[in-house]
Amino acid sequence: MSRMSLIPYSLAGLVLFFGLWQGVVSVGLVSAFVLPPPLDVIERIWTMMNRPFAGFLLHEHLASSFMRFFYGFALAATIGIPVGLMMGRFRLFEEIITPLFEGYRYVAPLAWVPFAALWFGTGIGGPIMVIFTGAFAPCVINAYRGARLVDRHLIEAAQTHGAGEFRIAREVLLPGALPSIVAGLRISAGLGWQSLIGAELIVVSSGIGYVMVQGQSNLSPSIVMSAMIVIGFTGLVIDYVLRFAEARVRAKWGGA
Amino acid sequence: MPDREGTPERRRGLPISRATAIGFATIATVLLLWYVLTSATGIIDRNRFPSPAQFLAALQQIISTGYAGGTLVEQTLQSLWLVTTGFLVAIAVGVPLGFAMGYDRRIEAFFNPVFLLLRPIPPLAWIPLAIVWLGLTDASKIMVIFVSAFVPSVINTFTGVRNVDRTLIEAARVHGAGRGRLVTEVYLPDALPMIFTGLRLSLQASWTTLVAAELVGAFLGLGRVLSIAYRDINTAMILVAMVVIAIAGALTTQLLALVERRVIRWRTL
Repeated sequence: MSRMSLIPYSLAGLVLFFGLWQGVVSVGLVSAFVLPPPLDVIERIWTMMNRPFAGFLLHEHLASSFMRFFYGFALAATIGIPVGLMMGRFRLFEEIITPLFEGYRYVAPLAWVPFAALWFGTGIGGPIMVIFTGAFAPCVINAYRGARLVDRHLIEAAQTHGAGEFRIAREVLLPGALPSIVAGLRISAGLGWQSLIGAELIVVSSGIGYVMVQGQSNLSPSIVMSAMIVIGFTGLVIDYVLRFAEARVRAKWGGA
Repeated sequence: MPDREGTPERRRGLPISRATAIGFATIATVLLLWYVLTSATGIIDRNRFPSPAQFLAALQQIISTGYAGGTLVEQTLQSLWLVTTGFLVAIAVGVPLGFAMGYDRRIEAFFNPVFLLLRPIPPLAWIPLAIVWLGLTDASKIMVIFVSAFVPSVINTFTGVRNVDRTLIEAARVHGAGRGRLVTEVYLPDALPMIFTGLRLSLQASWTTLVAAELVGAFLGLGRVLSIAYRDINTAMILVAMVVIAIAGALTTQLLALVERRVIRWRTL
């Protein structure tokens, strides 16, 4: 079956989805207040970009969320990748870290919110720690897997030529593990972005998650749904950027 | 983490493997360090992190007299029931849908665009909408858990079914297998490992979402214990709740792995 012949099915799916959404409201099954129709939500996004809500314009809220995300994600990568690489390189280190890491992995990222808030406050430090706990695991696991895929002979060759551990890490381990690491970063980014939204729902009083909390306490589904769309769109952009990076890395260093 | 292949795990008649011994040593060191930094020297203040004794006292308190509106058993059962219900409803819808999408490209074409529109929205972002629509009820939590557990079960079932070996299908067709037998004897057994991968991810997502949803607002449950303990700056109780959440998550994951082993052994006989 060709791709072209499937297009009517895709169109039917989309028409049915938006038709139902609009239809149940138009017919009066559900009030437009409870389930705002698609166009109302778009209009609300436009309004919130021009008139401040909860103190700021919509894109200002988004910018402050994104800054937090960026710091937390960068921190998870700068700590997680070296830890993963070292676990792949040194067996003793792997055996020491593994039991701690397994324990940490079973704690849901959002369960760290209370400690994060108590230790680092609810402004910027706490949210960064929550993003960190969400994004850390894939960084470690993929760097570890990537390092284990590196040919042992390459490491030995580097050693016989007098390379120190740092040079081995930088010139043999890191390039070899890079495709796996970048794939891990994509997973990390998704989990980190979602953890940030969770943190903002619970303790933080600014950012796009906070817009949702305000919408919730105003009992306004249209505000909540606007924020959901903005959050989803931002997540999509983050993923797209990392996907692009992944393709570049694969083209240069080969896939794993 | 998998063991390194080809290295002798038991040497010189040691009763346990090297990795286990080092693991125990690590955990013992961490526990000792915890005691030294809190109880023995007081370097870490109790408003930052509890001492082992405070942790045990909090555990004792929530087991016997209760905390945040219920005993440990009541709070755990509440969370467990929500996770189980949301998870089961999600996979009861998600696995068949993913299966149909993998089996028939027209069904895939029908659902995929809508799926692509909804998927980028993180499950946690559905919490406020669920609360606006359904209030702080069990139903609103089940709705959010459903959303989070639904996606991985659909995607992985779909991938598993789509990747079933074409030659296997053709061979079964040539031997006269009808649609029903094709599904139960070719597609399902071949896709099972992938389906279970999806279920595991769904279960993990269910726990993450439940904890978040209960932190945002609940009357009972482990997330509720966390949020009340946070409000009271009761670090010992925060730690108790975190540990119980981790154990409950680990146990349900183990249970799922057990089911997986049983089902796969039965299917491949």
